[in-house]
Order: sequence, then C-alpha cells, then structure tokens
Amino acid sequence: MDWQDMFSLSVQEALGPSAVVYCLAAIGLNVHFGYTGLLNFGQAGFMAVGGYAIASTVTSFGLPFLLGVVFGLLATVVLALLLGVPTLRLRADYLAIVTIAAAEIIRLMLGSIALTDYFGGQSGLQDFSDTFRSWSPISGPVGILGLVSWRANDFWVMVVGWTLVLICCLIVFLLMRSPWGRVLKSIREDEDAVRSLGKNVYSYKMQSLIIGGMFGALAGFMTALESAAINPAFFATDITFFAYTVLLIGGAARVLGPVAGAIIFWFLISFLGVFFAQATEGAAPLIPPEIMTSQQASLIRFIVLGLALMLLMIFRPQGIFGDRRELAIDAR
Amino acid sequence: MPADSVSMGKHRSDDAPIDGTGDGTGEPRTDQSVGARAGLSDVAHEPGAAKPDPILVADDIVRQFGGLTAVDVGHLEVQRGVITALIGPNGAGKTTLFNVLTGFDSPDSGKWSFNGKSLAKMPAYKVSRMGMVRTFQLTKVLAKLTVIENMRVGATGQKGERIWSAMIRPLWSRQEGSNTTRADALLARFKLDAKREDFAGSLSGGQRKLLEMARALMADPELVMLDEPMAGVNPALKQSLLGHVKSLREDGRTVLFVEHDMDMVRDISDWVIVMAQGQVIAEGPPDAVMGDQRVIDAYLGAHHDSELTLEQEEEILVAAEAELAARRGDHDVGGADGHDRRTGSTAIGSAEHHDARDDRP
Repeated sequence: MDWQDMFSLSVQEALGPSAVVYCLAAIGLNVHFGYTGLLNFGQAGFMAVGGYAIASTVTSFGLPFLLGVVFGLLATVVLALLLGVPTLRLRADYLAIVTIAAAEIIRLMLGSIALTDYFGGQSGLQDFSDTFRSWSPISGPVGILGLVSWRANDFWVMVVGWTLVLICCLIVFLLMRSPWGRVLKSIREDEDAVRSLGKNVYSYKMQSLIIGGMFGALAGFMTALESAAINPAFFATDITFFAYTVLLIGGAARVLGPVAGAIIFWFLISFLGVFFAQATEGAAPLIPPEIMTSQQASLIRFIVLGLALMLLMIFRPQGIFGDRRELAIDAR
Repeated sequence: MPADSVSMGKHRSDDAPIDGTGDGTGEPRTDQSVGARAGLSDVAHEPGAAKPDPILVADDIVRQFGGLTAVDVGHLEVQRGVITALIGPNGAGKTTLFNVLTGFDSPDSGKWSFNGKSLAKMPAYKVSRMGMVRTFQLTKVLAKLTVIENMRVGATGQKGERIWSAMIRPLWSRQEGSNTTRADALLARFKLDAKREDFAGSLSGGQRKLLEMARALMADPELVMLDEPMAGVNPALKQSLLGHVKSLREDGRTVLFVEHDMDMVRDISDWVIVMAQGQVIAEGPPDAVMGDQRVIDAYLGAHHDSELTLEQEEEILVAAEAELAARRGDHDVGGADGHDRRTGSTAIGSAEHHDARDDRP
C-alpha cells in the first residue's frame, strides 16, 4: 500500500479538470434547484449544447474559437427558453420530466448518423482546442515535487476553469443577496404567495433557468477542452446525477456548496478507486481475491460512495455548508 | 394603536365616504364604522345591489368544474372604504370567486373591474400590482426566509428585483433601507417585531396569519382580500386580529374577507354578502342579513344564534329521524319543495333526499 501515492492521485483529481466541470455544472443546478426550486434533471443537455457549440463551430465550420463560445452561450439560452416556455407554468415535476427527456434527445441527436457532418456521430469531434491551448502560458508539467503534478494542458484548463468557478460564485453571491435572489428563494418556498405579492413568477423562473443553464454551458466548454475531444457519451444522464450529488454534498442554496462538493466528491471517487485497486493487486493482496477481484475493485468505489452519500443525508442532510435550522422547518 | 407610519391616505379617492385619518395626524377615529356604514345606508338589501362608490364590480361570473357550477354570480359590487364580509356554507363558491377575482383562476365567462379597469384575463401578479392583494385560506408564508425577509418580498417596485441592477448593491440599497423601515413599523404594529430574525416556518399558525396580513400590507394595497383570516387562530389572538382588520379600514383601505366565524362577521363587517351554491343570495348590513330568513334557511340553520346543548342536539336528532321516517312513509314529499324549513340537522335531511345544496365541494 502506497499511501502517499494514493493521496497524491486523489488531490490531483480533487483539484483537477473533472472537478472543475462538475463544480460548474453544480453551480448551475444550485441556481435552478437550490435557490429557485426548479428540478432540472437535464443539466447534461445544457453541457452538451455548450461543448458541441465550441467543437462544431471550430471543427465543422472552421470558424474562430471565441465565436464558438458565444454560440454556446446563445444556444443554451435558446434551449432554456424551449424547455421553459411550455413547462414553467406547470407544476415542478413537469420540468423534471421534460428536462431529462430533452437531455437524452440532445445526446441522441448529436450522435445521429444524419448529422455526422456537423457533430461527427458517435465518434464525436476533435481538433478544436488548438486556439485555447495556444493561449496557455504554461509549457511544462506543474505541481509540487513529489506530491502532485499536472500536465501542462490540464493545468491550463484548471487555471481557466477555477477562474470561471470564482467568477460564477461571485455572480451567484451578488445575485442571491439582492432582492432578485430573494424573489427566487420565495418562489422555491411558495410561488402562489409570490404571485399574490405582484411578482411575475414565470419570468423569474425563466431567468433562473437561463442563468443556471449558462453555467451548465461553461461546464460543457470545460468538458470539451479538458479532453480536446468530444463525443455523445460525455453527456449521459449520470453526469446530471453526479452533479446533483456534488451539490448535495456541499449543501444546496449555499454559494460555495458546489465548490466544496466537487472537491470532496472527486477526492473520494479517486481515493476509493486507487485504494481498492491497490488493495486487490499484487501477489499477496490486502483483500483476498475470494472477496474481491481487481476487476470488481473499480466498481466498488461507487458502492462505497453511495453508502457515504446515504450516511451524509442521514446525519448531515443539509450538506457541508447547509444550515440545520432551515432543515428543521421541513420536518414540521 | 399608535400613529401608523405606513397608513395610506393617498389611496382614498376624493369622493370616498371616509375622510382622512391615515394622514399622520395620529388620532385614530374611534368609530369608523359609523362613517363607513353611512355610505351604505341607502343601498338596497338585495343581491347585486348597486353601491354609491364601488371599488370592485363583477358581472356574470361563471366558473364551472366539469358539470358543477361552482360560481354563478350575476352582479356584485364592493363598496370602497368599508369592510365587506363574504359568507356562505362550505362549497358555496366563496374561495373560487376569490380566486377568479384575483386572477388565480380564470372563469368560463364574465367580466369584472377594479377601480373601473377591467381585470379579465389579467394574470394574478398584475392584479396584485393594481392594488388588490389577497391572503390565502391555508397560510402561505415563505418558510425558509426570515420574518423580515418575508416582509421585504412584499414591497412593490423594487429596483433590486431586476436582474441587471440586482448585482450592483448601491442601485437598490437605499430603497431596501426604506422598505425595511416600513417593514419594521408593520411588524411592530402586528406585534411580530420580536420574531424579526426567526424563520417564518417556525411561527405558530396564528402568527403566520398575522405575518401574511402584514406582508400583504407591504404591497400597499387599496383592496385587501382575506380568505378566512380567523381559521385556526386561538381566541386570544383572534381579538387582536379583529383589531388589525378594523385598522385596515382606518388606514382608508377596503377589506373583503371570507369567514365562517359569525362573531367576527357581526363584529367588524359593515356589509355582508351571502353566497350559496355559487350564487349571491342575500346582501345587507350584518344584522339585517343574519335576520334574513333565506340566509337562515340556506346557511345558518335554525339554531345559529345559540350554542347547542347536548340535550338540544339529542332532541334535534330525534326530531330529524322522526321526520325522515315520516317522509320515507310518504314518497310524495321530496325535493320538490326544496326549501321547506328544515329542522336543525340539515345535513341528515339533505343527504337523505339527495338535495345537493349543502354538499357542494
């Protein structure tokens, strides 16, 4: 057992590009679900639209990278409007059903043969991140010697990504301390009450859906740039649920909840993965093969993580940053 | 009641039957109801009677749920500056009418106007912005917001509620400050100031009613519509709630409320509208309406005036059963003469004779 190796790898993952992606996606969900009470189960759809906008603009159409960023943000606004117009007047559950379906429709459409010319089918698109990488001032691997180390491209994604996270958190903080944010929280509590006080609930929900969706698009950008390739499998439904997990670990309706959640989530995923891999490998493994083989080891981390999530929900249901007092109200 | 910093002299129209108290002179009038009722003295005691200065006028409002006509109101006027009670048995359509008038439900047909402006097809939030704010039968407080935040949400025309200015605090902080001052004054008036920083979800049922009413006042409404303000409130708090509703009239506001508590109706209302089976069946000052035979028949029952003792209940039951037995014997007696004076226990009588009058949902 190499404990130092385990910790190094876990810290690398906890701060790495994947954590950035889930953090951004969870910030979007925090606006939707945490503050407004909108059950968006299609965050992967918003991410896909963002990611593919960059990839397709650059690779399929040969247009500049920055134009792809603009297209991505515009496309998520359009998607939010398409989802919101028919559902936001209805009860909360309708949005959940429609968003989860929409995310699947988007994923299947992006992988379809008919649209291969634009989106590359199941094998997706590559070669769109040259511009992004050319801006990087980093040439070699970065890290603390003997502890952690990231490849140059990964580190550049991290720098840009965590900067975006910082900006997004600042935006969320500024919005949620304002009367605008107060209306959002009020809608989460009881939208009829808000309506009776003269607020256009529908419009506020739409604004929330658009803003959270744009954070989702940023997560999609980072997904594409992280691996310098994109394909429909990156945006399966489980991405949305992992993003929810990140949000709940950190605590919903807290500005820094998604940040803490993403770091903890990726640390655990990585740590458990490495731990079980090491515990089952070699001639005399810590866990004998009769109990667990090395093939099973890579899956067991999700079981343990699920268990940890259950325990968290039982003993600290408000998440890391949540306020227990608020939760006591639900019990009434 | 101390001088009220949030009272609204400006809402009163010039020809309104009340003259200023909300102007900050600090002298609350002792008998407002005399002045308020004076304007109604010439109004006929009949359903749909025209008022000298109506704030709300409704015509031919029909709302059907499937085959059931929940509301079918021919003509209705609500006088400005007075407290009007809307009463009727369960399922009479009072709350449905409330929902329709405030834009929370849309009628199958009909038109209605507030201060002469038509409200048909207007969404609820716009109705509220025009100065017609309602509360709910089941209180709707924003549980995970503090009491003071609940109050602040009520304020209208907030600059910080627009997304572009929301992020820049200096654009809205002054307005927020004055709203907070107003909110604190209202909380003090409703004796909720000690709960200022508590979550609204931690308040008791009665305190929630108070908070909901206070929050509605933050929107500075001309017409306050209260849906069963006394439901689930303990007797001690009831008295202070009564005082608060009366004080709304002293502010120069108009109040329309739905209530089952007859003591309250008698105590504070200047005018009573009685609904049954979706229709307005009687109107008038409380004493006149409660003496009206139609109202007694349709709603109050023969013993509405007194608490029933156990013995009396027993007697009524025996009498009703005897009557039922007699009717079963004689099949000709049935729903044809629907409003023959029922003896006491109307529910038994109506159920047996498939007379749906009291069983409307």
